[in-house]
Amino acid sequence: MLEDKDRIFQNLYNDFGADLTSAKQRGDWQDTKEICGKGREWIINEIKASELRGRGGAGFPTGLKWSFAPKEVGSRPHYLVINADESEPGTCKDRDILRFEPHKLIEGCLITSYAVNAHKCYIYIRGEYFNEGQKLQTAIDEAYKDGLLGKNSAGTDWELDIYIHYGAGAYICGEETALLESIEGKKGQPRLKPPFPALIGLYGCPTIINNVETISVVPTILRRGGKWFSSLGRPKNTGSKIYCISGNVNNPCNVEEEMGIPLKELIEKHAGGVIGGWDNLKAVIPGGSSMPLLPKETCETIKMDFDACVENKTGLGTAGIVVINKDQDIIKCMARIARFYKHESCGQCTPCREGSGWMWRMLERMAKGEATRDEVDMLLDVTKQIEGHTICAFGEGSSWPVQGLIRNFKDEIIERNKFDPIVKKQKDIPYLVDQHLLEKENA
Amino acid sequence: MAIKKISKVQPEKFEFSKKNKETADSIIKNYPSGKQQSAVMALLYLAQKQNDNWIPLSAMKYIAKYLDMPYIKVYEVATFYSMYNLTPVGKYFFQVCTTTPCMLRGAYNLVDVCKRKISEEENRLSVDGKTSWLEVECLGACVNAPMLQLNEDYYEDLDPTKLEQIIDKISNGEVPQPGSYRGRLSSEPENTRKTLIGNKNA
Ligand SMILES: Cc1cc2nc3c(=O)[nH]c(=O)nc-3n(C[C@H](O)[C@H](O)[C@H](O)COP(=O)(O)O)c2cc1C
Ligand code: SF4
Ligand code: FES
Repeated sequence: MLEDKDRIFQNLYNDFGADLTSAKQRGDWQDTKEICGKGREWIINEIKASELRGRGGAGFPTGLKWSFAPKEVGSRPHYLVINADESEPGTCKDRDILRFEPHKLIEGCLITSYAVNAHKCYIYIRGEYFNEGQKLQTAIDEAYKDGLLGKNSAGTDWELDIYIHYGAGAYICGEETALLESIEGKKGQPRLKPPFPALIGLYGCPTIINNVETISVVPTILRRGGKWFSSLGRPKNTGSKIYCISGNVNNPCNVEEEMGIPLKELIEKHAGGVIGGWDNLKAVIPGGSSMPLLPKETCETIKMDFDACVENKTGLGTAGIVVINKDQDIIKCMARIARFYKHESCGQCTPCREGSGWMWRMLERMAKGEATRDEVDMLLDVTKQIEGHTICAFGEGSSWPVQGLIRNFKDEIIERNKFDPIVKKQKDIPYLVDQHLLEKENA
Repeated sequence: MAIKKISKVQPEKFEFSKKNKETADSIIKNYPSGKQQSAVMALLYLAQKQNDNWIPLSAMKYIAKYLDMPYIKVYEVATFYSMYNLTPVGKYFFQVCTTTPCMLRGAYNLVDVCKRKISEEENRLSVDGKTSWLEVECLGACVNAPMLQLNEDYYEDLDPTKLEQIIDKISNGEVPQPGSYRGRLSSEPENTRKTLIGNKNA
């Protein structure tokens, strides 16, 4: 277990207050000038050495991302954009940083802006986090007053202005290019990549986009050294991470722990155990609703880091852990997640727009036991037709959880849905779109 | 995608109050010159607050002029994002999160209370005309589930009885205390904290 002295977010539970004076007592804004004085290259190399990976879901190496920004500012200004859209079901960590550790984020914004040559930074906060946004604004105002932002931010000779941009209720705006569209005052519909935002981003200018947690750990890493951060966890999966544990546990909570902590330890020790005891565990969604669920057997042993999750056919995602016990109907749980994706699809790509509703309707019927046996294969087929055929990763996010359900609980679905197939194998029906499914064994 | 209904009854005119004009102008300054369209989301929100929590078409036209952009672009934005109400809602607007993490902890029991105590259907005003409710997707407070948003505040760690008390308070003209209804101050585990021990009650 991580020692308390190694926890970056000392005020995660608001023991001290979020104001500038308390933040400074915790070490924020100490030597910011000296850190920037060591130069861009040093900062980026130190972050590379720390092996910090993005905390927004994709786990992209942060130092590498920063190095994609053009080294010199050309005719177009550079921007830093912070992703505080936090809408992935099961995830509520950025909220605590915004309301309790805002100065870590603001200081991180200054150092990052300096490293990527940005004079303007936008923080995109989901509209529902109105109160959290107000708290962040208070902290920004404090920083301006104290000379930590503005013309000569914290004595670094660097000019930085930070603005908050509120969303208005759209999960898809967490996708980085949809977020940029949204800041530009448009519908939040993702752009095709490439070009990548690092070269053509906000208003067509080079833009670096990072998650709140990613940027908030930067000052501490630079103060304590990239080596310190990379000594936690294991190679390529370093540092500490805020885990959110929700669902059927006795004490749902957020907790900062070392990367790679066993899932069982998180649930048993920090979240007070599964309601009804460990044996009452049915499945766990390890990284927010987009990640395939894990059956109980895997939960016994799995360690919570990026690579271990991938090895177990899932992903760490946002580290939003949703615990589901045996008192729940697993098919219903996943049908509700499918409804979420149906509601949140931006509608640009046909496979995603139509497929998300299709998956939802099938799962609803399967939960009620109104589907035919062969429809399970059809459902899997629908997920495969979405995955990899869309503009943004929402397509994977909506189809993976369904694939996870089928992979682990296919028997349970079939057990409940025993109707005979409507279409028998022998019949060749020319207008049937899903002819190829007739080849399947139980059709 | 979500379906958005647009109110059949529409006021003829809309104009920002003097104070909102000032706020709008200062928000526009947050963006580079010529990029005033970026302020459209914030201005729609201002309009919604000024107009009893919903946005009439006349406000969209007004904002389009204000930002020198086509009306259809404002309309697109207003219909895309779920937080813009395009039809009247209650002065007290309950948005109950029912996504899976909340559902696992009984969110649908809260929905039942809303049906019983506010109105049978979503988005329909209560008998006294003051409140309405809606099922929404994850509000990003999953470790404090089940929860709901009432206007701008989060009400967390709820159960049906506590929600009934909240609704009763509102009918009596009081504003109930936001936050956790189990006395939690943050997302720390209830009573069993294993981390940051030295900081506790610092
Ligand atoms: C559908 C979708 C939703 C996303 N939502 C969020 C989000 O709410 N917050 C976030 O930080 N990243 C979100 N992301 C990931 C971002 O696109 C992006 O990878 C991330 O902000 C990069 O920051 P990082 O490198 O610091 O992780 C989402 C991605 C997709 C495809
Ligand atoms: S995959 Fe879905 S959410 Fe992403 S761009 Fe296509 S339609 Fe929109
Ligand atoms: S699921 Fe309800 S707040 Fe996240």
